[in-house]
Amino acid sequence: MTDALWYFARGSGVISLVLLSVVVALGIGARSGRTAFGLPRFTVNLVHRNAALLAVVFLIGHVVSLLFDPYAQLRLFDLVVPFAGNYRPVWQGLGTLAFDLLLAIVITSLLRHRLGARTWRVVHWLAYLCWPIALMHGLGNGSDNGTVWLWTISALCTALVLAAVAWRLSPSFTRFPQRADRKINPALQEVR
Amino acid sequence: MTSVAEAPPGSSVQLRLLAGTPGTRLDAHLSQHGRMPVTDTAQVIGMARDAGLTGRGGAGFPLWRKLSAVAASGRPPIVIANGAEGEPASGKDKTLLSYAPNLVLDGLQLIAYGAKSAVLYVPAASHPGLRSLLDQRRSAGLDRVPVQLVAAPDAFVSGEESAVASAVAGRGAVPADKLIRITDSGPGGAPTLVQNVETLAHLAMIARYGAGWFRTAGTYDEPGTFLATIGGAVAAPGVVEAGYGVSLGDLLTAAGGATRRLSAVLVGGYHGGWVPADPGLPISRAALTPYGGSPGAGVVMALPTDACGLVETARIAGYLAGQTAGQCGPCINGLPRLADTLTDLAQRRARPGLPAEVERLARLVTGRGACRHPDGSARLIHSAMRAFEADVAAHLTGRCLSEENYR
Amino acid sequence: MRVHIDWTACDGRGLCAELLPELLSEDDWGFPVARGDMTVPPALEPAARQAVDRCPALALKLITSDPARASS
Repeated sequence: MTDALWYFARGSGVISLVLLSVVVALGIGARSGRTAFGLPRFTVNLVHRNAALLAVVFLIGHVVSLLFDPYAQLRLFDLVVPFAGNYRPVWQGLGTLAFDLLLAIVITSLLRHRLGARTWRVVHWLAYLCWPIALMHGLGNGSDNGTVWLWTISALCTALVLAAVAWRLSPSFTRFPQRADRKINPALQEVR
Repeated sequence: MTSVAEAPPGSSVQLRLLAGTPGTRLDAHLSQHGRMPVTDTAQVIGMARDAGLTGRGGAGFPLWRKLSAVAASGRPPIVIANGAEGEPASGKDKTLLSYAPNLVLDGLQLIAYGAKSAVLYVPAASHPGLRSLLDQRRSAGLDRVPVQLVAAPDAFVSGEESAVASAVAGRGAVPADKLIRITDSGPGGAPTLVQNVETLAHLAMIARYGAGWFRTAGTYDEPGTFLATIGGAVAAPGVVEAGYGVSLGDLLTAAGGATRRLSAVLVGGYHGGWVPADPGLPISRAALTPYGGSPGAGVVMALPTDACGLVETARIAGYLAGQTAGQCGPCINGLPRLADTLTDLAQRRARPGLPAEVERLARLVTGRGACRHPDGSARLIHSAMRAFEADVAAHLTGRCLSEENYR
Repeated sequence: MRVHIDWTACDGRGLCAELLPELLSEDDWGFPVARGDMTVPPALEPAARQAVDRCPALALKLITSDPARASS
C-alpha cells in the first residue's frame, strides 16, 4: 500500500510538470492572439485553462499522497511554508513554493472578473517563476533523480517552454506587429 | 486672443458675459452685477431648465439634466468648473477667465450647493491670479464652498468630462469608459459634475437677471449667447459674443471682417465641420446639422480661397492623431493612419481609391473609443471630403484649386 | 441585452470576434468592430457570455440598457 502511494506520488508529480509545461506554452500561444494547430484562439485559451486545472488536480494528488507517505513525512504545514520539511528540505521547499505560486495563479484566474485585469495579470506573471521552480523540485527532490527517463521528460519540457519563451520575445510573436502600443500620452500627466 | 469685439448695431452680436469692466476686481464685479441671490439645488435646476441653458464646452447637453442626475444620487457631489480648453483654435475660456472670472466663480458656487468640494480646473499659468481672487472672494464671504485649483494639462483631450474628473482625482487627464456615468459615480466614487466655465458664467447671469432675460438672446430652441473664437483669414481674430442663430457674416464682421475671399469656414473647432462661407448661414445647431457641424465650443475659422482646405484638414488631422490619450486601440492606430492617408490626398500623392480609403478609415474609428475623440476627428474629415469635393477631384489629377485661385 | 466594449481595456486579442462572429469582426489592427448595434439576440446569449468570460483583458460587459453617453 505504501509503495502504491509512493509510485502515485512520483507519477502524479511528473504528470503535473508535463502539464504545467504545456500550460505555459499554451499560455504564451494564447497571448500571441494567433490560432494554433487549427484551433481557434478561444479554444487555445480554453485548453490552456483546462490543462492548468488538470495540472492542479494531479498536483493535489501528488501532495495528498505524500501526506500519507511514511518516507516523505510531509505535514500539512509543509504545504504552505517552504524549506521547513524533514526530508531534503531545500528541494522539497521548492515544491512547496511552486505549489503555493500555482495556487495563487489559479485562484486569481478563477476570480479575475472580481479582482480586475491588472491584479490578475501581475499574479499571472508568476508563472514564469513557478515553472522553473517546479522543474528544479522534480529534478532535485525526486528519488528518480538521475534516471534517464526523468531527465528526458525534463529536457523535453524545458525545450518546449524555452521555445515558447523565445517565440514570445521574437518580433514575429503578435499577429499585428505594426500595431501601436497602448500607453498613456505623457502630455496628459504633465502640468506646465 | 483677448480682443473682444464691440457689437455692431443691428446684428445679433451682443455682449453679456463680456460686457462691463474686464478683470479680476471684485468691487467692479459687485457694483456691476451685485451679490448673487442665495439658491438651493432645486432652484438652480429650475432656472437652468427655464432658461434652456446648455453646456458651452462643445456637446451642448442641457445643464439641468446633469444637475438632476447628480442630485438624484443623493450624495454630496464634486463639482468642477472646466476651463481646460485644450483646443488650439479656441480662446474663449481663457478670455472669459481673464475678463470675467467672478462670473465663473459665482456660477461654480451655484452648482456647488451641498457639494463635497468645488474645483476650478484651469491651465497652471492662470493659477496665481485666480488664487488671489479666490482668497478675496473667500474673505468677502462670497464663496461658501471653498474652491480648489487643479491644473489642466495642455492637451486636446484634457477637457473631456471623464478626463477632467480623472485629473481632479489625481490620476492624469485620461478619459474613462462611460459604462458608469460620472454623474452617478466619479473616479473617487462621489457623483461628479463637470461644467464648462462659460456655462457657469451664464448661470450666474441667469441667477441675477432671470431665465426670461436669458432667452431674449438666441433662438427659441437654442437660447442665450455664446462665446465664439474667430480666427483664420479675418482682420481682428478674437473672441466675440453673440446669440445663437447669429449669422456667419455678422460674426466675421465682428472680428474685423474677412481679409480675403473665403472658400469655407470651420465651425465647432477641430471636432467640428466645414461649412460654406455663406454670410447668411445661422450659427445654430439646427442650421449646421445638415453640414455635419454644430456650434460646438464656438470656434469659427475662416479659410481663404488661396489656402487648400485639404491641406488644412490634413494638418489638423495630424495634430489630432498626436493628441490621442493612448488608451484605445482603434484611436491610436486609426487616427495616424487616417491622417497619413488624408495627407497623401492633400499632397496629391494620388492612388486609386484614395478618397474612399479616407472615408472608410473615418467610419472605422467612429464610436470606437472611451471618449469622442475618434468620432470628432472622423466628423471633421467627413465634412472636409464633402466641402472640398471639387478639391479632392482636382488633387486626384495632380492639380490644386487653391493654387489656381492664387494666380 | 447588448455587448459593451471598454476600449480603455481592450487589447485586441481577437477572442470575442471568434466567439461572436455574428456581432463582431476585426479591424486592420485586430480590434473588434461592431457589425450592428451589438444587441445580442437570445440565440447568441451563451456565446456572448462566453466572450465576456474569456476576454483576456476583461474588456467586455453585457448590459441591459444603454447608458446615455452624455459628455461635456
